[in-house]
Order: sequence, then C-alpha cells, then structure tokens
Amino acid sequence: MRIFLIVYVLVIVSAVSILGFRGSLTEKEPVEVFNDMDRQAKYKPQAENSFFNNRQNDRLPPALTVSRGSALDTSDVFDDDFIALSSDQVLLLEGKNLDGSFSEQFPYEVNYEFMQYGQKNYNIFCASCHGVAGDGNGVTKPYGILAASYHDDRLRNEPDGYIYDVIANGKGLMYGLKDRLTNEQSWSIVLYLRALQRAQNADQSDLSLKEKSKLGL
Amino acid sequence: MANIFPKWVNSIPVKVIIALVLIKTAVVVGVTYYFSPEYTRVGYAPTQPVAFSHEFHSGTLEIDCRYCHTFVDRSGHSNVPGTNVCMSCHSMVLKDDDRLAAVRQSYESGEPIPWVRIHKVPDYVYFNHAVHVNRGIGCVECHGQVNEMEVVHHAKQLSMGFCLECHRNPEDYIRPIDEVYNLDWERPSDSQSIEEIEGFVHDWGVNPPQSCSGCHR
Repeated sequence: MRIFLIVYVLVIVSAVSILGFRGSLTEKEPVEVFNDMDRQAKYKPQAENSFFNNRQNDRLPPALTVSRGSALDTSDVFDDDFIALSSDQVLLLEGKNLDGSFSEQFPYEVNYEFMQYGQKNYNIFCASCHGVAGDGNGVTKPYGILAASYHDDRLRNEPDGYIYDVIANGKGLMYGLKDRLTNEQSWSIVLYLRALQRAQNADQSDLSLKEKSKLGL
Repeated sequence: MANIFPKWVNSIPVKVIIALVLIKTAVVVGVTYYFSPEYTRVGYAPTQPVAFSHEFHSGTLEIDCRYCHTFVDRSGHSNVPGTNVCMSCHSMVLKDDDRLAAVRQSYESGEPIPWVRIHKVPDYVYFNHAVHVNRGIGCVECHGQVNEMEVVHHAKQLSMGFCLECHRNPEDYIRPIDEVYNLDWERPSDSQSIEEIEGFVHDWGVNPPQSCSGCHR
C-alpha cells in the first residue's frame, strides 16, 4: 500500500509538472481532445488553401469585373432608361461632375443623423491622424505622421467632391480608404468634416443672444 | 485444518477499493481539469510573423478596433486587415524598420502575411460578429483585454457552455452600443444604470437562440 501511495503521488506530481496549470501562456497549438468535425475541408474567409499558389483562399476579383454592392442596382441597370453613367452615379461614386471636375453637390440628404453617422466614422478612420477636432494633431503625430489640418482657407473652399475624392483615393502621403468605407460612409465623413470646419471657424457673431449669455460673453 | 490464506490477505479488498477510489478520483479530476478548453485553448499565444502589439496600437494610441478590423460590424467574419492598412501609417512611421520588413514586402508583392489564427470555433459553429457587436456585445466578452496584450493570447474558453452562458443571460453581458469597442468599460454598479442596461435586451429585441440550429448548421 505504501508503495502504491508513493507511486500515486509521484504520478500526479509529474503529470501536473508536465501539463502545467490552466491559463498559462503557451506557444503550443491547442490540442483538440475530441476533434469530431471541428476542422472541415471547406472555404473559410481569409483562410489558407493549398490549392492556390499563394495559398490564399480569398481570390482577388478578376480584371474588368465589378464587385457587388457598388451602388448600381441590378433592376436599374436592366431598365430601359438606364444611362451607364448618370450624373448622380458619378457624383455618388467619384464626387465628380460628368465633365470630370469636382462636384459642389452632396448626394445624400443633409441632416443631423447623417452628420452623427459621419462623426462615428470620422472618429474611427480619421481621428487618429487628423485629430478629433480635425486640426492635424492626432495621437499618431508624435510618431511622425504628417496629417493636414482642415482649418485653412484652401480646404474650406474646396468642393465637397474633392474631399470625397481624397477620402476614397488618398492624396500625397495619405492612403485611400475606399476599400474600407462604403460611399455612404465616405460622404458622411465629408459632412462631418464640414461641420468641424464650421465649428473651428466661428466667432461671437455666430452665436444667438441666449448662447452668448450662457457663455458669459 | 490450517488456514489456506494468511491473515494479511483480509486487508486486500479494502486496499484495492481504496486504490481504485484514489485512481478514479485522480482520473476524473485530471480529465475535468485538462480536457477543458480552459486548459487546452486559454493561454495560447503563438509567435506571429510580425510582432504587432495590440497593447500599443489599441491601448496606448487608442486606435478604434474597426480601423483595422473594419468589417466586424458589417460581416459575419471579422477581418484581419490587409497590409495596405498597416502601410497607411507605416509608410511614414518606422518606414525602414526591420521589424516591418515583412509588411512592406507583403504590400509590394500582394502576398498575404501568414498570421497565426488564435481564436477558432469548430467549423460547424456559425458565429456572426456583426450581429453580436451591433447588439451590444463587446469585443472584450470573447477576446479579453486585447488592448493590454503585447502578444495576443486566447483569453476566454469559447466553448459551447461559454456561449450558452451569455445566450441564456444576455442582460448580464449586454452593454451600450457606444461602449462595444471600449475594452476598458466597466459595468456600472448602481441599480438605475443596471436596469437601463438590462432594458436593452428588451428594447433592441435581443433574443439569443438557444436551439441547436441557432449556431449549428
């Protein structure tokens, strides 16, 4: 019995010392104890696939194809009155007029909700470099990111389409964001950026009497 | 007639029973402790091809999760960003650093970086990121405090019991939509806020499925 107990304790101690405790950090791939059908031979997003040369499961769209969700509605496309590139679509997709100049028009209804949507998107995608107030003082500035301030006369006077184009396609050191933003998101950011420009370029005469007294002016 | 068996034999059955009980206890405790994902998965921290620090980017710089994992609120799959997203800053910051050589190479060649996937559910589980984050389930509930991880590790067990715990009691895990991406958010303790938060389950029509086909297909 004594021998059994000694062996018993030794086995437990060695098992625990080999296996360790729960939650300890390890580089070893998790063991799947009962791996019933946990890993199936099927296509999964961003997964590896040995069939292709670069082992990339997701394939790039072939040349001269258009991805779904590109703002062209199928029912419109097959309509008799469909014009391949109407001015509305060029405005929505590229921020331009049909002659290629940047448009002054805004393709969405301007309201407070849409601006708030823009604020949300701005704070995700723009604020880390351009700053929450759009002054170019984002958190990344100390690390060497050079980002424009929106608060100068040039950017105040550029048409909306120009701002949209820069968001989508980038400019100078800034990379375009069109792979990550929908047209709607980009336009909402244009609207919020205009709001920031207005807010940062205001003086006392813009305030109502009530607001002035509230601020003690 | 002399005794066939010596007297010490009488104690054998008792000793065998004790030994069996001890062995059974050790096996049951061992299996319970070690065959659980809390041991097999939690703590998995593989070395990634590029030493990207979530602690710095998400914690110190407070870049929103969606700056890189952009499609988490639009798609079932939460994407790993393409290297163009890395390069939108790192074309300026640390642009000649050796640690980022793989990123620059990937950006130029179009070959993806072979990141090691940490969080996996079995292939017969259809987890949808968008429905969770858009209904007030924070990233932190499943991924832990990634904003404090220099090297990301598997923090929660992601077992079926883990999923069901929340699906049965969503009011204990739901949070305001604005706080979903705030990994440091703490549940308020005053009864009024708790009531308000628990009300989201009703207000947003949150009805987490507990049937098999809710997640398994």
